[in-house]
Amino acid sequence: MSELHAADHAHHEMGFLHKYVFSTDHKIIGIQYLITAMAMAVVGGLLSMLMRYQLAWPQGVSPIMAKIFPVAYNGGLMEPGFYISLVTMHGTIMVFFLFTAVLLGGFGNFLIPLQIGARDMAFPFLNALSYWIFLLSCIVIFSALFVTSGAPMGGWTAYAPLSAVPAAAPGQATGMTLWITAIALFSVSGLMGGLNYITTILTMRTRGMSMMRLPLATWSLLVTSILGLLAFPVLLGAGLLLMFDRMGGTSFFVPAGIIMNQMPIDHSGGHPLLWQHLFWFFGHPEVYIVVLPAMGMASDILSAFCRKPIFSYRMMVYSMVAIAVLSFVVWGHHMFVSGMNPFLGSVFTLTTLLIAVPSAIKTFNWLGTVWGARIRFTPAALFALGFVSMFVSGGLSGVFLGTSAADIQLQDTYFVVAHFHLVMAIAPLFAAFAGIYFWFPKMFGRFMNPTLGKIHFWFTFIGAYCVFFPMHVIGIGGQMRRIYDPTQYMFLQPQQPVNVFISISAFVLGSAQLIFLFNFFFSIFGGRVAERNPWHATTLEWIAPTPPGHGNFGEELPTVHRWPFDYSVPGEREDFVPQTVPATVTAQH
Amino acid sequence: MPILTEDRRTGTVPPPPFKPSGGRGDDGSPDSGSSSFPIPKGQLGVWILLTAIIMLFAGLSSAYIVLRGVPAWQNIELPWLLWPNTTILLLSSVAIDISRRAVRRGDLQSMKRWLASGGILGVAFLVGQLAAWRQLVNAGVYLPSTLQSGFFYILTGLHGLHLLGGVIALGLVLAKALKNRLTAFNYEPLKLCAMYWHVMDALWVYLFLLLLLS
Repeated sequence: MSELHAADHAHHEMGFLHKYVFSTDHKIIGIQYLITAMAMAVVGGLLSMLMRYQLAWPQGVSPIMAKIFPVAYNGGLMEPGFYISLVTMHGTIMVFFLFTAVLLGGFGNFLIPLQIGARDMAFPFLNALSYWIFLLSCIVIFSALFVTSGAPMGGWTAYAPLSAVPAAAPGQATGMTLWITAIALFSVSGLMGGLNYITTILTMRTRGMSMMRLPLATWSLLVTSILGLLAFPVLLGAGLLLMFDRMGGTSFFVPAGIIMNQMPIDHSGGHPLLWQHLFWFFGHPEVYIVVLPAMGMASDILSAFCRKPIFSYRMMVYSMVAIAVLSFVVWGHHMFVSGMNPFLGSVFTLTTLLIAVPSAIKTFNWLGTVWGARIRFTPAALFALGFVSMFVSGGLSGVFLGTSAADIQLQDTYFVVAHFHLVMAIAPLFAAFAGIYFWFPKMFGRFMNPTLGKIHFWFTFIGAYCVFFPMHVIGIGGQMRRIYDPTQYMFLQPQQPVNVFISISAFVLGSAQLIFLFNFFFSIFGGRVAERNPWHATTLEWIAPTPPGHGNFGEELPTVHRWPFDYSVPGEREDFVPQTVPATVTAQH
Repeated sequence: MPILTEDRRTGTVPPPPFKPSGGRGDDGSPDSGSSSFPIPKGQLGVWILLTAIIMLFAGLSSAYIVLRGVPAWQNIELPWLLWPNTTILLLSSVAIDISRRAVRRGDLQSMKRWLASGGILGVAFLVGQLAAWRQLVNAGVYLPSTLQSGFFYILTGLHGLHLLGGVIALGLVLAKALKNRLTAFNYEPLKLCAMYWHVMDALWVYLFLLLLLS
């Protein structure tokens, strides 16, 4: 492991490849994660556009698509199997390769050493390795779209036995094998990252940076890394068993006597529900792996633009820990209709609804922070507020779904689709946008255009609600998720206009992201040059030069004297006091 | 008049007194941060790695226990070689611990000798495990034969791979020791390696019991 010494690396020149590609600098790795995840988001987003087109106009013949995808659009109509592949790939790419990667990999790498006052991660080489394994996993999952037998069809949850038997469907052959490989690689890369984050946050904080002086973004990344550390190995183990079922002839997840595609399957004795238990033991913490960093970042950003300290810092930390602990005992709420004992269902209902308590604490604390503040409505502030809005909207429907009696009615409908998109996709997306607008000046030394940012926000905010709010209604109306053609069902036909409305909104929402992409890449080179602390924020990354050099803080590491939320302190000349200002010195102003 | 804004805002006490940097037995680098966390980062890293490994085997154990309840479950006869293998692995742990104690005393010669013997015993265990697989194959028990045989090959194989990682790490430590780069004051690599080795040892005893007592 290369130990970093400030004196060594402050002045030595490196080639382009070493500096920007094969770098072990946490900032470069963070930006690499960010941009790779953005590329994956474009892929995942395009897939969802194809799905929405199909759902709005299932009978519409499209000669253009037939030219681009001759196999999937045979005669201009989408093949049903292709639609299921789209569902699978969209879910997988967005959950793992966008949200987990951008929040943990991107912001985790970029922010942690800067916010705790360290020169780099604890194990920089391992950190770089983590990125390259992540990139490999991206390539593997992307290649699953192009195999001749088709992309995987198991959904992002890869339920057995369909995922355990290659003969189950065309996409379950090579496509599924690539899926498992990609997820296994992703888990390994995530573990390397998590190992680094926990070690760095615990052992490399600068002088005076006690745990209760950490910014909430760093706190959330610590809690999230611990979640990942406990959850990802279980997924890895389950994936291993699944792989042996597919290739080694074992029958861990395949019961005896099943027939697929008119063919008896030569397996015996396994337990398909075992996969669901193992998957959701990982899968539910994964939801919080995505949501917790979003919460932490939004907290810091809201506080900075409200010019007020975060409301109840300690409760923010404790509620994050509570959510993390509870997330390991709620996985059964994904399996209420799997034939589980109703008493067990009640237990899972109870634990699930308990999560509402820390979530509500956080929500009220955000409201308390915003309350009576003179908010500076920058794009970052707008997206952070949007995060709170989306989290509340998505979270409230979770109370219905977490109650087993109501869930039996609503499961596998668009109500569920609306719920999880709002709470674990759109909400983290808003927080990620907020984070990008907020930290972009520190990353690249330039501002993103605020006008374009505000246009981007309003299109995204209204667009997201227009897409996902009506889904609750058509879900209660009975529209099933993963459905390929709603017009085939008489009882769904009256609500087809809603599907058309959702699809048009989705196209607007998708197009609005082009504004963001343009703004992002244009601003790297052509944005207004940013100063050291453009938002007048208090945390340590704003004390470092913009953009920070190798080693982050120049000759000497900063010393921390206060918590990260000293905004509008009475009696101070300025409305913010950086963490490095000693308490007594400020009093003499 | 000093205004202690810190106290008023957070109700917390003023910043803790500064510790002089360096001299924490950490990694000696002056820039390694000054946090008061009691465990050095190498050790913490290994513990985190071990936590991940334990969670991997915990997930697989839970699958094992669930599937033990299905009607199709059939126990296999475990190869007798597992008993001597287990003894060998336990002895290797003892050897590595003797080596760790030796370096603490400053007895470098004894440290190298016991470290090498620990490594040789580790390799012997791995060879023994392969021979145990051979025994099973000769008895006609393959990976897909029964649920338990599937678990047997996967659990022993995964544990073997993790121990192989330990053997490689031990080889690197031994190379360092032979170049006289480990001293009584700086033997962190050996300590980390021993930690990992003991946990792998305990993990094997657990897996053996799991396989034995079903």
